[in-house]
Amino acid sequence: MQRMNTTDLIKGGAIWGFIVLELVFFSVAGSFWSLSESAFMDFDNMLLLLKQSAPIGIIAVGMTIIMINGNIDLSVGATFALSAVVMLDSMNWPIMAGLGDWAIPVAWLLALLTGAVLGFINGIIVWKTGVDAFIVTLGSMLGFRGLVFMYNGENPTFHLNWTMVDIAEWDALGVETPALVLIAVVVVAWLIMTRTVHGRNAYAIGNNREAAVNAGLRVGPHMLINFVIIGTLAALSAVAFYSASGSVNPNDGMLFELWAITAVVLGGTKLTGGSGSIIGTFGGVIAIQLLRKGLGHIGADTETVNLVIGSILIAVLFLDRQLNRKGQEELKV
Amino acid sequence: MNTDRKPALRLENIVKTFPGVRALDDVSFEVFPGEVHALMGENGAGKSTLMKVLGGIHQPDEGRIFVEEAEAVMTTPLHAKARGVMFIHQELSLAEELSVAENVYLGELPRKSLGRVDWATLYANTDEILKRLKVGFTARTRVGDLSIANQQMVEIARALTVDAKVVIFDEPTASLTDAEKVVLFEVIAGLQAEGVGIVYISHRMEEIFKITDRISVLRDGEYRGTLVTSETNEDEITQMMIGRSLDLSRRTARGEVGKTALRVEGLSCGSLFQDISFDVRQGEVVGFYGLVGAGRTEIAETLFGLRTPSAGKIFLKDEELRIHSPIEAIRHGISLVPESRKEQGLVLGMNCRDNITLPQVSDLVAGPFVSDGAEVAIFDQYRDRLEIKTPSWRSAVGNLSGGNQQKIVIGKWLAMRPEVLIVDEPTRGIDVGSKSEIHNLLRDLAARGFAVIVISSEMPEVLHVSDRIVAMYQGRVMRIFDAEEVTEDSLIQAISGIENGKVA
Amino acid sequence: MKNDRLGKFAGVLARQGILVAFILFMIGFSLWNARFISVENVFGVVRSSAILGVMALGVTFVVIGGNLDLSVGSLMSFSAIVVLDLHENPAFGPALAIPAMFAMTMAIGALNGFLVGYLRLNSLIVTLGMLSAIHGLTLTYSGGQNMDIANQEATWFGIFGRGTALGIPIPVLIFAGLAAVLAILLAKTPFGRKVYAVGGNEVAATFSGIPRARVVFFTYLISSFCVATAGLIQASRTMGAQNTVGQGLELEVLAAVILGGASLLGGSGTVFKTVIGVLILGFIQNGLLLAGLEFYVQFVVTWIIIILAVWLDIAAKRGRLWSPIA
Repeated sequence: MQRMNTTDLIKGGAIWGFIVLELVFFSVAGSFWSLSESAFMDFDNMLLLLKQSAPIGIIAVGMTIIMINGNIDLSVGATFALSAVVMLDSMNWPIMAGLGDWAIPVAWLLALLTGAVLGFINGIIVWKTGVDAFIVTLGSMLGFRGLVFMYNGENPTFHLNWTMVDIAEWDALGVETPALVLIAVVVVAWLIMTRTVHGRNAYAIGNNREAAVNAGLRVGPHMLINFVIIGTLAALSAVAFYSASGSVNPNDGMLFELWAITAVVLGGTKLTGGSGSIIGTFGGVIAIQLLRKGLGHIGADTETVNLVIGSILIAVLFLDRQLNRKGQEELKV
Repeated sequence: MNTDRKPALRLENIVKTFPGVRALDDVSFEVFPGEVHALMGENGAGKSTLMKVLGGIHQPDEGRIFVEEAEAVMTTPLHAKARGVMFIHQELSLAEELSVAENVYLGELPRKSLGRVDWATLYANTDEILKRLKVGFTARTRVGDLSIANQQMVEIARALTVDAKVVIFDEPTASLTDAEKVVLFEVIAGLQAEGVGIVYISHRMEEIFKITDRISVLRDGEYRGTLVTSETNEDEITQMMIGRSLDLSRRTARGEVGKTALRVEGLSCGSLFQDISFDVRQGEVVGFYGLVGAGRTEIAETLFGLRTPSAGKIFLKDEELRIHSPIEAIRHGISLVPESRKEQGLVLGMNCRDNITLPQVSDLVAGPFVSDGAEVAIFDQYRDRLEIKTPSWRSAVGNLSGGNQQKIVIGKWLAMRPEVLIVDEPTRGIDVGSKSEIHNLLRDLAARGFAVIVISSEMPEVLHVSDRIVAMYQGRVMRIFDAEEVTEDSLIQAISGIENGKVA
Repeated sequence: MKNDRLGKFAGVLARQGILVAFILFMIGFSLWNARFISVENVFGVVRSSAILGVMALGVTFVVIGGNLDLSVGSLMSFSAIVVLDLHENPAFGPALAIPAMFAMTMAIGALNGFLVGYLRLNSLIVTLGMLSAIHGLTLTYSGGQNMDIANQEATWFGIFGRGTALGIPIPVLIFAGLAAVLAILLAKTPFGRKVYAVGGNEVAATFSGIPRARVVFFTYLISSFCVATAGLIQASRTMGAQNTVGQGLELEVLAAVILGGASLLGGSGTVFKTVIGVLILGFIQNGLLLAGLEFYVQFVVTWIIIILAVWLDIAAKRGRLWSPIA
């Protein structure tokens, strides 16, 4: 039933076309310039890519929900760091020592709880004060980072637990835990956004908040739930990442918000809310990680990655605008 | 109408005050099942506050609301919905990215387990309602792909999802074509037949007399009374609304007409309009009349440099012009009072003076700085001339009434001393009192030698102010009438595409 | 009459809320610790706020014009690295390094302005992309190395960050001077008026014959000029810089501008208010340090203050404290 014209098709499939382009380019270019012997499209390499995409990817999924809902969250990097600090530090608590390996799930839960609480704080402020989410989360990005420092000063927090590392590096058919978590999060979020009442309401609110209010939707609590979701996902991202590494610096996770937003926008979600897709964001995350790896593969400086991603982001925006032009009949404003 | 039955909706002594304002003062009236009850009043008379009270957005300070004689206390929009009080909003309240079905059941999507949407039920129910409305789209269509009129049908479909007792239409015809209005009135008649009570808010007299049974009037928040439509006339209503009578008769005789100020030959812009030719002389008002979408506004935008014509020539005082931007248009002496006051006409956060001087601020300088004195002088001049009511030039224009805001926009362009002044929908959303003031102003401008183009969707307005009338249909000029020879019938035929009795 | 005057006073209070809060804060801290208000301390605070402040002045123009500039932090790193590198390049030396750096920085600002102004791309995403791209450019330029001036005794380059005139630190003079010039530009000239119009309602501005694209372009150019100035002060003060010296500053700068009362929707704000916003951040940091608290406590305090300031501002506008969202 859905009318699909060429423009929609180009827009919807653009990110996947771009990924194919990257794969082809780096495979071909790699055979000329690669420093390593292995092919770029090596299976192990792709699995590694999925794993490396996980931290930003999990957060980007949450960001997609928030942005479809018409908000934005700049505090995810700080939430990521604080959840990691809580997780690793809690394992050093005397009371946890008595739990043996049961301390691990408890620490995870504490981390997720931290993320949920931080998300709740953002959400309740956005709901009750009516201050724009951009400003609220800009403030809490600073505030949450302050809490990270207040927790343990400028020192790193660490705890190494081999059982936890084993779990974090466990794999099913070569797919390691972080990648599995990412895939699970993508699938669940996709189902929520396309199949559930909550997901459809998120689109409706992002698309026309006043209409949603008039229809009697409780917009405030709805947005609150989404902020709790993104906070929890930021914490889940920290759980997936730090369970293996076991050490967190107070500056970790800085600029994650910007990377996540970049991935979401590359995936076709609009800043204005009301449209976008989880699958598109997944594509955006993969595209960015592919670019990182690919540039490394052909021996380009890692520095150029930033330059290329920034340029691509702007180019995507430009193309999107060109595709939406109505040609000569357009009003010049 | 059956007055033996108990009223569908009854308001009893509703009072609502805001800090410093008594927005509603002792408002009481009732709406019977199957009745179309008009609610009239100037802008600011309290209609929208009353709607918000009925919609559960505001709570009344005093008074009670009864739905089918049961008292209804409504503190959220959901309460109103649950009581069967439904709204068709003036500004469409739809999520364009979503499907028709999701919009119709917005806030009440049917659920399955785990919070999943029950799509089958959703589509089936929606299609059933759409069938009742006899529309040509389905539940799965994306709302953004529908025309404005069809989007309004989606709003109406929403009202039919519940067992509506009362449906409130807030200026539903504001952006509809005549053909679309006919469909709307059929739908309203259908609701009426089903015994729904209808509250119909509109400024348009001809509609009021066509479809309503009774009329309640508000003025300055006060309830002024209820009239039976068949026993009253426009004058009586107008008097109740503004406290005096109004002269809406045909204008006085034409003034002195001078040389041709603007001449357009074969102007086209893609599919928007084609082969447009007309001229405007100094001292005359040329009205553009046609349905919404006939291409009138687009012509104005092209003359003002906001669109690029695909063919044709524009002459100003016999000199051919190429206009690429509003800056160039303004330099040549063409000014445009745009269709949408708030979106295109004014910077609402700026004060009155700065809005009036905006197009010429670069010229009002003393050295590198904006000259305060020159600006205030211009503001004072146009405040006096147009009788703009504002406490001071420092007031933000957002705080003024619609009529005064429109005068600010007109003042802004008069201050540029244009050769040609184009006014698009000069009185849209403006109350009756200010309307006639603006009409007089337009006539007065022509008398002073300005060449004026007025675009309007209201026939009385076009007939009232114009010396000549350009009738448009689907992007083409059908006929140019002289004010003396035009009749309402011939005008309606022309804008409906009927030429010499034949459909074009 | 009396009520009238009281009402007026309340109105002024609501409009100038942030200024009032600032004054109360200053009085409170001064009573607690006299050193807080000493000339020495005040100059110290203003000097340490100067870099943030100079950047905030430029961003004020962009924000009033209805856009965002998230690239100022990484652009500042770029200009500091470039000016230091050129300073060490015998072909340039300090006298040529500075104008060359300004030209390069403003070229990037012009690119921002072109993309947002003329191509009408979303400013948040464009400058987010530029944040990343400029960071990459800086790293490529420097090869990932820190830049240092080898012989710090032999150059006059240090005056912009370390010098004083009439007992006033040069960075303070630059900040104050630039603030004065830009305040006049924004409040008194036709260009300033157009910035407000474009930010307030860009469609209406276009319909009034205001060249929206050009106005937006110039706001970015001004922003990049301010960033270049900030980069100069930074490089001059430390005589060396890391590639990441400006990282994260974009959001702190934005915080200062918002704290001053500019709306992110555009069309409102003033240079003076931004200066107040910058000083508030500076004095809070200083006050907390004097109170013996770690630097990071200011993050939390800043968070609370930003939210409170914006909340009270919109609460005053809508006439009720809590949001009407159900």
